[in-house]
Amino acid sequence: MVISCPTTGRGAPDCLADLQPGERATVVTLDGEPRLLQRLCALGIRPGQTIRLLRQAAWGGPLHLRVGMTELMLRRQDARHISIAPLS
Amino acid sequence: MAHHGHGVTATADARVAFLGMPNTGKSTLFSALSGHHAHIGNWPGLTVDLMAATVQWEGQTVELVDLPGLYDLRGLSEDEAVVRRFLETTPLQLLVVVLNASQVDRQLRLALQVKALGLPVVVALNMADEAGRFGVKVDCKRLTRTLGVPVLPISAKHRRGLVALRQELKEATGRDRPALTPPRSVVDCLPEEDDALPAALASVLRQSVELPGEWQDRLSRRLDRVLLHPWLGLPLFFLAMALMFQAVYAIGAPIQEQLTTTLDGFGSGVLRPALGWLPEFWRHFVVDGLYQGIGTVAAFLPVIFLFFLAMGVVEDSGYLSRSAFLMDALMERLGLDGRSFVLSLMGFGCNVPAILGTRVMRSRGLRLLTMLIIPFSLCSARLNVFLFMAGALFSPRSAGVVVFSLYVISFGAALLTALLFRHRYAGKEPLLLELPPYRLPTLRQVFGRAWAEVRHFWIFARRFIVIGVVAVWWLNNLPVGVQPASAASLSGQLGQLLQAVLAPIGLDPQLSVALVFGFLAKEVVLGGLAVIYNQADPNLLGTLLAQKLHWTQAYSFLLFTLLYTPCLSTVAVLRQESRSNRFTALSVGWSLVLAWVASFVFYQGTRLLGLGG
Repeated sequence: MVISCPTTGRGAPDCLADLQPGERATVVTLDGEPRLLQRLCALGIRPGQTIRLLRQAAWGGPLHLRVGMTELMLRRQDARHISIAPLS
Repeated sequence: MAHHGHGVTATADARVAFLGMPNTGKSTLFSALSGHHAHIGNWPGLTVDLMAATVQWEGQTVELVDLPGLYDLRGLSEDEAVVRRFLETTPLQLLVVVLNASQVDRQLRLALQVKALGLPVVVALNMADEAGRFGVKVDCKRLTRTLGVPVLPISAKHRRGLVALRQELKEATGRDRPALTPPRSVVDCLPEEDDALPAALASVLRQSVELPGEWQDRLSRRLDRVLLHPWLGLPLFFLAMALMFQAVYAIGAPIQEQLTTTLDGFGSGVLRPALGWLPEFWRHFVVDGLYQGIGTVAAFLPVIFLFFLAMGVVEDSGYLSRSAFLMDALMERLGLDGRSFVLSLMGFGCNVPAILGTRVMRSRGLRLLTMLIIPFSLCSARLNVFLFMAGALFSPRSAGVVVFSLYVISFGAALLTALLFRHRYAGKEPLLLELPPYRLPTLRQVFGRAWAEVRHFWIFARRFIVIGVVAVWWLNNLPVGVQPASAASLSGQLGQLLQAVLAPIGLDPQLSVALVFGFLAKEVVLGGLAVIYNQADPNLLGTLLAQKLHWTQAYSFLLFTLLYTPCLSTVAVLRQESRSNRFTALSVGWSLVLAWVASFVFYQGTRLLGLGG
């Protein structure tokens, strides 16, 4: 299952797991199992939204993200399902 | 008064349900409105218990129901299915949607979904004070107009805005208000996900909500910079846990001791004389069996209360989800998450509240796996036995090593259990946790919750425990006239019978009987040994044990004590929380198998090495 952003004009997008702490990006597409997709959408991670990566936990641990007025943690393997377009 | 096993209150004139996302303070609002009258009810057709309370409003009996937190009415989680089923089968006068005001940008989506059900709805915009601090401005009047349902700003934690909300609820539940269910199935009522809903949401937000450009919560950002620091985060976390742990048991242990002494004093000073008219055998049963057994469990209550105070502070302050963030790299590999770790750590004080604490996890698989590992945490009751036996049977220098080795084995058993069972209880839900802003918990909140937990434990566990206490007492005292727990008693005979399995791990009939006692609670193991060896003085008992037992036998006994079923209270809460006899049996069975195998390997191994006695 894939949910994509209707307005993507860029080339091949990166995935959220590659973002560096402090960087911001726009969500382009989400894919993965429906359960994960639904939860991501409910917490505000949907195509077109801006995400900021606040930090990564040590030893390949989860990511600390901020989207809209919500901060959340997401495991890196789940972050691979989110493709993004970095913002400067 | 709390009740169990009853569901829908047949006599209620009206019913109101509370619905909202996790972390919106929905349950805080629920308890603020219902007072201390909440009970846990089984609802027909639902797989989980719901909190419900009845209140008297304007001469009407109104039932309030707290639904599980959910993100999406179309959601696929168990909780979301429960809410749908509840709404479809339970006619309601009113549905209260609780939203976190500072996250209104995404939470309004749920309100729009609920509105589409065609039920009377009131929106409670909770944490309105916090939203203002973060720069989120919500125009409630305009939101009421654009949404078409009443929107009320409140702060459940600080009890603001509750008068107006209660008034709204009273009006909605007045006489002759019809009770409604959605006209079609919940999913069929919902607006189109891709089209209608986002447009409606954007329009409502544009008209009545003002969002800040940047996050304004400087406090959380600063605290996170330290508490979630890549290198400092974990040491600080362990330090915080150690301090909390110390505090709970430094305060709790003396209270527990005092309570035990008081209860003992009452038993021998008041109860025994008052029961003088009973035959000796029955007086003995009531005082030394029933009363003392219940007293042993009652003495846990202060520690459970303190534990939940501490847990409440950790959870309500926002640190619990941070601990999940910190520990997740390790725990993910074990099929667990950071919260499991915090709870296992709590289990080192007492397993019972740690198991009750797993309620913070909504995924059943994760919860069961966590409940399976907690009983291996070396609790304070087991530590008592270990300190006594290590002191009596080992030199002062090796005693410390013995106790330390038991801690290591305790961790190892939990790890092994997680690795073995992680596929069976794999959490089906992705780990996507909110990291809420840091908040100062209120006293009322943490005290109220700790009190509710203690009451809940006591009400459920005591039935189970009374049965267990009575059973062990009969084993020790039948046939009539035997020396209690002697070879002629039923438990003595059981000890003989158990020799077939326990002799290979070095345990004689007396130690076997002590293990039967220990099933009740590890607190009674030492008392049990005193009865079995007929030696009440602890020092003399220690000397006697040292004469009778080889150190390999003693260590094998300690190993078994560490790993098998911690106590009847733990079994009771395992059953209560899992609601599965099979799971409870698996937990008890697995711990017995592991205990036996570990002791066997140790005892026979040392014999092979020529160290055995």
